[in-house]
Amino acid sequence: MLQFIIRRLLGAALTLFLIGAVTFFLFVAGPSDYASLACGKDCSPTRIGEIREALGLNLPIASQFWQFMSGIVMGRDYPTGHCDAPCLGVSFYSGDLVWDTIMDRFPLTLSLTIGGLAIFLVVGLGTGLLAAWKRGTAVDKIASGASMVLSSFQIYFLGPIVLTIFVYSTGWMENPKYVPFTEDPVGWLVGLSLPMIVMATIFTAQYTRMARSSMIEQLQEEHVRTARAKGLSQRYVFFRYAWRGSLIPIVTIIGIDISALLGGGVVTELTFSLQGIGQLAVMGATQKDLPLTMGVMLFGAFFILLVNILTDIVYAYIDPRVRLS
Amino acid sequence: MTSPIETETAAAVPSVDLDDKTAATTKAPEKAPTGRSPRELMWARFKRDRTGVISACVVIFFFVISALAPVIASLYGKDPYTLYGQSQDPDAPALLDDFGLPLGYFGGVSGDHWFGVEPQFGRDLFTMLLYGMRTSLYMALGVTVLVTLTGVLIGLVGGYLGGRADYMIGRVTDFFLSFPSQLFFIAFMPVVTAMFVDPREETPTYFRALAILIVLWVLGWMGMSRLVRSTTLSLREREFVEAAKVAGASPWRIVRKEILPNVATPILVQFTYMLPSTILTIAFLSFAGVGFVEPTPDWGRLFAVGAKVAEQDPAFMFFPGVAMVVFFLCFNLLGDSVRDAFDPKTGR
Repeated sequence: MLQFIIRRLLGAALTLFLIGAVTFFLFVAGPSDYASLACGKDCSPTRIGEIREALGLNLPIASQFWQFMSGIVMGRDYPTGHCDAPCLGVSFYSGDLVWDTIMDRFPLTLSLTIGGLAIFLVVGLGTGLLAAWKRGTAVDKIASGASMVLSSFQIYFLGPIVLTIFVYSTGWMENPKYVPFTEDPVGWLVGLSLPMIVMATIFTAQYTRMARSSMIEQLQEEHVRTARAKGLSQRYVFFRYAWRGSLIPIVTIIGIDISALLGGGVVTELTFSLQGIGQLAVMGATQKDLPLTMGVMLFGAFFILLVNILTDIVYAYIDPRVRLS
Repeated sequence: MTSPIETETAAAVPSVDLDDKTAATTKAPEKAPTGRSPRELMWARFKRDRTGVISACVVIFFFVISALAPVIASLYGKDPYTLYGQSQDPDAPALLDDFGLPLGYFGGVSGDHWFGVEPQFGRDLFTMLLYGMRTSLYMALGVTVLVTLTGVLIGLVGGYLGGRADYMIGRVTDFFLSFPSQLFFIAFMPVVTAMFVDPREETPTYFRALAILIVLWVLGWMGMSRLVRSTTLSLREREFVEAAKVAGASPWRIVRKEILPNVATPILVQFTYMLPSTILTIAFLSFAGVGFVEPTPDWGRLFAVGAKVAEQDPAFMFFPGVAMVVFFLCFNLLGDSVRDAFDPKTGR
């Protein structure tokens, strides 16, 4: 197990390095001149020269890359001061440290993702299991039908509808906002409840369908039939035998979906005008801010890889066959 | 529901009748037991699935009306670019109030503007939606076809060659899969655009389209490639492929004649799942403000506008949103039907 984790971690470090390299070279060494990209239309040659100087673009590309990569591990010195170990550089646009900006915004995205994940796992898997348990009845038909319709909605359509109903026309709730969890847990939950629910709704529907079909497939397996044949109670068979088997494909899909989940967080932020990582990525892209974009990219990739490794560990825990091999 | 066996016997009765008559008139009735190919079986199963057929009709309807957008718009007499609300013509009816919000009910729905008008500019929503759907659907179709071709090619190479080549391709695929794709789409749109256009100039729309195509293509082929690889890998060991090898067929011929026909169905199923998600990704890019920009009509951009004006004019989102829900509902149902037709064992 330990060996497995170490191998995965090494692989993840290599992948991160490669992602950083690809991002860097596409931005800096790409055919377009990065300084004039950042400067935009109507840019004077002297201004471009200044930008090149400020960004350190006059150095050879290899040493720029080295500076950036070593900065992440060891920190970097800037004229304005020292930048501590996970140093992702200084935002070209605002002049702030990218790491600090990301750390400032990340709790919101993380809250959305975790909150959404918790809601959709409980509700989605629960509904899916219920539908499989009551297969063919009205409960099943309603659950399947509703999840089919809801999964065709999009966050950017459902979000404004929910806002119109609960905020603009009735005033039942305030506009969503972020309050740090550590300061005020209730305010955190209330402030983010609408975005979380909207985001979870879309995913819930997908997971309901998945849990249902996975469970139905499991119930037709031979070991489940054997368990039934030897007279175990219906409930025991359902929750102890089939449920465990049906979890395996679901965990796999969560692992694959993590990137989509982060993306869902991004759309939710944009829909509800919340200041998170996704907003930062859009800002970096539209303002042509290389260090900011690099930072967000690497951070996002790091997050996804981390969750993937965690998923693998959970996977090994659920399925003994993985552990043995 | 009638069981398939019943339908078959019911259909068989008159044909026996017919055979007797023809046997009397003609000398040798051709009554070879015709086997049906898997594809024919799949088609027959699909035709029996009413939900699937209706969904397919709706999806095709969407594609047809968006392809005919210019024709419909000219019959309807509006276009998505004219600012009807800012018309200087004194005879033209006022469409917007002093705050730039549509007059009349439900976002200014009227005989002239069926779906209402856009706040502030007063463009016609019906044509904006038609043209927007055209942009999104055909763009996505192009991207998906390209992605499918690439994925199939890479998957076939990896699966058929196996060994070291397969290992290398597998690692590259894993690497591409670990990109945070949505963040990457956002971040790379401006960079890719800048590769073609000098940033000091205005970006033409077709370059934006090209940039979207490239970004989605580079980060989209992995799913298809994995699928094709694993299918090819299992086919490679089958007897008929070995027989072809022994008979001296060239690798190219084996891939083309023995393997490709057998991967075609999974590819089709995957394609029907990929197309809607590509449409959504393109809409997402435009929604985030890095895809298509003013004044190109685009489905996703309508939502960006809608989200901005939701507080004052929530009706604006209604038609684009409902169209999207209907379209995706039908597309999802269609995808399930195609999968069921391909593999009737799936419990649904």
